[in-house]
Amino acid sequence: MSATEPKPGPAATPKPATSPRVAEDAPPVSIRAEAFSGWYGSFQALHSITLDIPRHRVTALIGPSGCGKSTFLRWINRMNDMIPSARAAGTLTLDSEDLLDRGHDLVELRRRVGMVFQKPNPFPKSIYDNVAFGPRLHRQMTRSELDDLVERSLRAASLWDEVKDRLQASALGLSGGQQQRLCIARAIAVGPEVLLMDEPCSALDPRSTAGIETLIRDLRTQFTIVIVTHNMQQAARVSDGTAFFYEGRLVESGPTDRIFTNPREKRTEDYVTGRFG
Amino acid sequence: MTAALRTRRLLQDRLFLSTCLVLTSLSLVVLCLLLSSVISQGWRGLIDVEALRAVFAEGRIGRIPDLVRWNFFSEYASRKPLRAGIRAPLLGTIWVCATCMLLSLPLGVGTAIYLEEFAARSRLNRFIALNVRNLAGVPSIVYGIIGLTAFVRMFGIFGDVDRDPIRIGPADSDFSLTLPIGHSVLAGGLTLMLVILPIIIISTQEALRAVPRGLRQSSLALGATLWQTTWKVTLPTALPGIMTGSILALSRAIGEAAPLLVVGIPVFIACDPEGPMSPFTVLPFQIFNWAGRPQPAFHALAASAIIVLLAALLSFNALAIYLRHRLQTRTP
Repeated sequence: MSATEPKPGPAATPKPATSPRVAEDAPPVSIRAEAFSGWYGSFQALHSITLDIPRHRVTALIGPSGCGKSTFLRWINRMNDMIPSARAAGTLTLDSEDLLDRGHDLVELRRRVGMVFQKPNPFPKSIYDNVAFGPRLHRQMTRSELDDLVERSLRAASLWDEVKDRLQASALGLSGGQQQRLCIARAIAVGPEVLLMDEPCSALDPRSTAGIETLIRDLRTQFTIVIVTHNMQQAARVSDGTAFFYEGRLVESGPTDRIFTNPREKRTEDYVTGRFG
Repeated sequence: MTAALRTRRLLQDRLFLSTCLVLTSLSLVVLCLLLSSVISQGWRGLIDVEALRAVFAEGRIGRIPDLVRWNFFSEYASRKPLRAGIRAPLLGTIWVCATCMLLSLPLGVGTAIYLEEFAARSRLNRFIALNVRNLAGVPSIVYGIIGLTAFVRMFGIFGDVDRDPIRIGPADSDFSLTLPIGHSVLAGGLTLMLVILPIIIISTQEALRAVPRGLRQSSLALGATLWQTTWKVTLPTALPGIMTGSILALSRAIGEAAPLLVVGIPVFIACDPEGPMSPFTVLPFQIFNWAGRPQPAFHALAASAIIVLLAALLSFNALAIYLRHRLQTRTP
């Protein structure tokens, strides 16, 4: 389907982006877009997107380059505010709070919505300081509380065992896959509800990619994850729900199994079978 | 490809390579000639000839400091070449350059941070950035005229320079301020600040621009404000570049004579600068003065002072290279 019906409230509602494995007990909506459109200057990058992203699920956004999936992702934590010509219309909510509100506290929003970028980009600081960077911004903590939080975050990102003996070493000395897991640990450390991932594996080798994918599956019990990916197999492996974007429009969204095995739209089928894009 | 063509291309290649080599060595030869002529003229002013002779006669080297003619550094300028030294200009250079750095570093780095990190890409900001680049190309003597009117005389608002300046602060303190500030260390530092400010701004802007965008984005995505991102991520990452640029700007300030000449600093001075309000003179100006005298003995003194100036400049440049290398390869 190209668009879902507007729902009256954020409470549990049957929606296409729900995995059949949990269908009987549909999870609550975390992020909701209704007739959401986005522009860069006069160029309309997103056309009236209506999409519900469920809590504690992995939702994959797929589509060819320039289809608007990254733009959509970057509206969720308002990273598009960095681009002066970017503007949006329609509704975009996180736990039924309006995300597009001009007066919205961006610092608090970004504490709740973490982001992992395409290229691993640890700060040129120690491993410890990378993870502690976010928590130090948001609250006063004692040394032992911070030590604790750093360990928990690194464990959650399954990096602890590899770095526990060299926390004070430079993060730039880690391998690409380790750096990306460090970036995930860094995002987790501020205690977000949502994790946005913009092609998190596209700069990594297959083994590191497999590691990150396992991690994403593990993290979905604690976080709502939205992942943009060009890799169809990856979307199929890690996500519960999939949304297919094409030329700024949401063509189809639904449980990943169905999108890949029984798409309703011809364009979706062509894309997931690799006929274009 | 025919054999003839191949030979021709090979010859062209050789010819180009040797031309480049000749041109490169030409500039090196000029530099060596310059250095050797200065050193041959000036070394006697810095080395104790008697002590050196004794070393050769006895065949053993004593304490190295004994070989240096320390009174060249500890004496004021004099009419008698043998007793003349660079004490006043050396101290003056240190005072003025320190003042200049204290004033221009925060201002220059602050301007660059504003232009690169905070300013919207508006027409006005583009105009400012363009003009900073233009200012870097302005001959330094022009800044001397600005320094004379704006700093030394302060547009005459506070009366004549040489008569009854207004005093702010305790009368007997070296650090009390007088208005107008006159031909003082502060006026010299402010004037040199004008000369090197564009250089510091441009090099800092370039250092900031070299910081990957991803680092800024990651920091902002973690909920840091723009200020926290700049202070905790961008600035520390850009620091090696900023320091290199600033040290090179400082070495420019050390070598400047023209703007201070216009500002009107004394040729001869027989007291040390003791505060920002003290009169002063600088090494390049002393060199200029000595070199202009008819007696060859003073030319030798000028050459000795040039050696000191060059040594200071080269060690600053070496420090810049060392810092860049050290901070770039450092693990935090």
